[in-house]
Amino acid sequence: MTMSSGWHWYVAAITLINIIACIWLILWSSRQGDAAKGDSDTLDHTWDENLCERNNPLPRWWLYLFVGTIIWGLGYLVYYPGLGAYPGVGGWSQKGQYQAERARIDAVYQEKFATLAALDYEALSQNADGMDIAGRLYGANCATCHGSDARGAVGFPNLTDNDWLYGDSPQVLTHSITQGRQGLMPGWAAALGGEEGVRQTMEYVKSLSGMNHDATMASDGQARYNTVCVACHGATGTGMQALGAPNLTDGIWLYGNSDEALYESIAVGRNGVMPAHQTLLSEEEIKLLVAYVMSLGSSEAGATGAP
Amino acid sequence: MRPMNTQAATYNDAIVRKMAIMTVVWGIVGMTVGVLIAAQLYWPALNFDLPWLTYSRLRPLHTNAVIFAFGGTALMATSFHVVQRTCHTRLFSDGLASFVFWGWQLVIVAAAVSLPLGLTQSKEYAELIWPIDLLIAVVWVAYAIVFFGTIAKRQVKHIYVANWFYAAFILTVAVLHIVNSLALPTSLTHSYPIYSGAIDAMVQWWYGHNAVGFFLTAGFLGMMYYYVPKQANRPIYSYRLSVVHFWALISIYMWAGPHHLHYTSVPDWAQSLGMVFSLILLAPSWGGMINGIMTLSGAWDKLRDDPILKFMIVSLSFYGMSTFEGPMMSIKTVNALSHYTDWTIGHVHSGALGWVAMMTVGAMYCLIPRVFGKEKMYSTSMINVHFWTTTIGIVLYTVSMWIAGISQGLMWRATNPDGTLTYTFIESLVVTYPYYLMRLGGGLLVLVGMFLMAWNVWKTVKASSSEESPVLAPATAT
Repeated sequence: MTMSSGWHWYVAAITLINIIACIWLILWSSRQGDAAKGDSDTLDHTWDENLCERNNPLPRWWLYLFVGTIIWGLGYLVYYPGLGAYPGVGGWSQKGQYQAERARIDAVYQEKFATLAALDYEALSQNADGMDIAGRLYGANCATCHGSDARGAVGFPNLTDNDWLYGDSPQVLTHSITQGRQGLMPGWAAALGGEEGVRQTMEYVKSLSGMNHDATMASDGQARYNTVCVACHGATGTGMQALGAPNLTDGIWLYGNSDEALYESIAVGRNGVMPAHQTLLSEEEIKLLVAYVMSLGSSEAGATGAP
Repeated sequence: MRPMNTQAATYNDAIVRKMAIMTVVWGIVGMTVGVLIAAQLYWPALNFDLPWLTYSRLRPLHTNAVIFAFGGTALMATSFHVVQRTCHTRLFSDGLASFVFWGWQLVIVAAAVSLPLGLTQSKEYAELIWPIDLLIAVVWVAYAIVFFGTIAKRQVKHIYVANWFYAAFILTVAVLHIVNSLALPTSLTHSYPIYSGAIDAMVQWWYGHNAVGFFLTAGFLGMMYYYVPKQANRPIYSYRLSVVHFWALISIYMWAGPHHLHYTSVPDWAQSLGMVFSLILLAPSWGGMINGIMTLSGAWDKLRDDPILKFMIVSLSFYGMSTFEGPMMSIKTVNALSHYTDWTIGHVHSGALGWVAMMTVGAMYCLIPRVFGKEKMYSTSMINVHFWTTTIGIVLYTVSMWIAGISQGLMWRATNPDGTLTYTFIESLVVTYPYYLMRLGGGLLVLVGMFLMAWNVWKTVKASSSEESPVLAPATAT
């Protein structure tokens, strides 16, 4: 945005007028003479019985401080942008400062990241230096949702359990991080015939992973499952990675397996979002993170995650 | 000189008494909410899973209650007391003064109901929804009429310095409030601001910073300029210093707002101007401190046995400290470290508790016995205990937030040799956590002091008479 010349002159003028007015004030005060200095001498007005005023000169150190900040301020306004549209002799801008810092950082780290990113995923996940860096990237970018120990939270997938909603190939993981994901489970209360239908379906879903369930309700629920749920979760309930539809047979529950949680998942639906990171992380950083996430899945106890 | 108006031969102290009592009440309410939300930061379960007790709704209730309920009622009480005494005349209109009191209390109650219900327009320190904003504007205009009306019918030629500061505070707050709150209502409880984007941010922080500058600084300097010389029984140190720092302060403050928006989409030139004027503001701010402290000079012995003066001198010290800290934090490079950290919270509280609350408490201990027809407060030793709990509490509060804030700032920017961040956000929280407990302790001490004050005020008022004081004849020299 550029400033029109009318605004430029207006801003610059009132800025300088205010500063000049301060200088004028200081000069005015120095011409006030020696009236009512000292302890006993006060100006000749009194309020409310005993309120009166002496008229000591301004303390010298305070005056120097005031004048000093004014001179400094004028100097700053010569060097930096501040007087209307005048850009300052230093040519500073916050955008320029950001770009300069970015360029300095890139120059230092580009080579290191390029070397690491040249490795294949298998080699990269064995590279101690690379995994240290990736662990720190994970801590700064992923730990907020997936947890410092990468075991996730309700609604945020555990990355250490070898259960993958979308698959575990490097291409799929790269897509998940770069483009993000939207895990949409629609609400099915109406399609399943209201509360009773949802509860029957829920009992059937519980039976798929061998949980305690009501067998009568589950057998009614199976018919409902086969008309509605089967499309994404499959005939045997093992899910479909192409859609991110969870496997219902493996005892891993993204939103919990209490009756309340299952009922809500089926009746109301879920909408999980993994944000896209393509503008936040470089390709090399994403590659490091993919290798890191792959290494988490393969380690038995899960990684310790962030440093 | 104009002759004394014989029909209004007493001061209207009834309104001052009401406002003084409500100052203490709102101080306790606002600080109790502050202690609760400080405890919630340490024990998050303390919101009891009730929406209207969540931090997000109680935090604006706390800030509104301490600034506008406690601070605002204190400014009204003292300005009505001071303007009558220093103009040697009764308030311009008793009816309008009463409207100001009851209207302001209604605003406060409306805020205390609407904010926990989650009704907000989401502008910091201007959260209240548009119908309450309208009421504030009406009450404030009435306040201005009473104050300036009283100035206009004064019996002395010179306007006392305290009244300059009160006048600047009343006029500017009216402008700030009305301009920042301009909005298009969409329902009784919701509206959209007429500004958008960076302009909205700029207007908001022009308002926000001048709320600090005129509500919390100029207004309380007015308080200082009456109660400090009164309590110390000493002349003001320098008339010309008060002239210079008054005009410099009120003109330069106006520019400082953009320092709240460093490194944002506000244009570079606006950020620079905010920073330059914030630094030039240092000396004018200190002018008030010098005039206050030097007024006490020569009466240092009184500090030994007058805890009210202790409140005032420590208040002036905190004022000097936080008006030094503020310009430093406005420097872009310092701000890059301090912004968004708890350092800002510490800075605000060294100003709001150290300067504003301590000056208010000192002024109330000076004013309350006078308007209730007593020589002094019921218990001077209890004032002394209050002084120490408050001082220690504020020091604990400020120091804990300095440590927490600087730790956060350093941890958030620390990078490894590979360019990655050294610490995760949660690690900075872990470091901050113990200091939240220390801050809670500091806040609790301040609150305990307020309860001691309430007891002391109760004992003083119970044994009081409410006779109106006669208007004093102006001194012949004026």
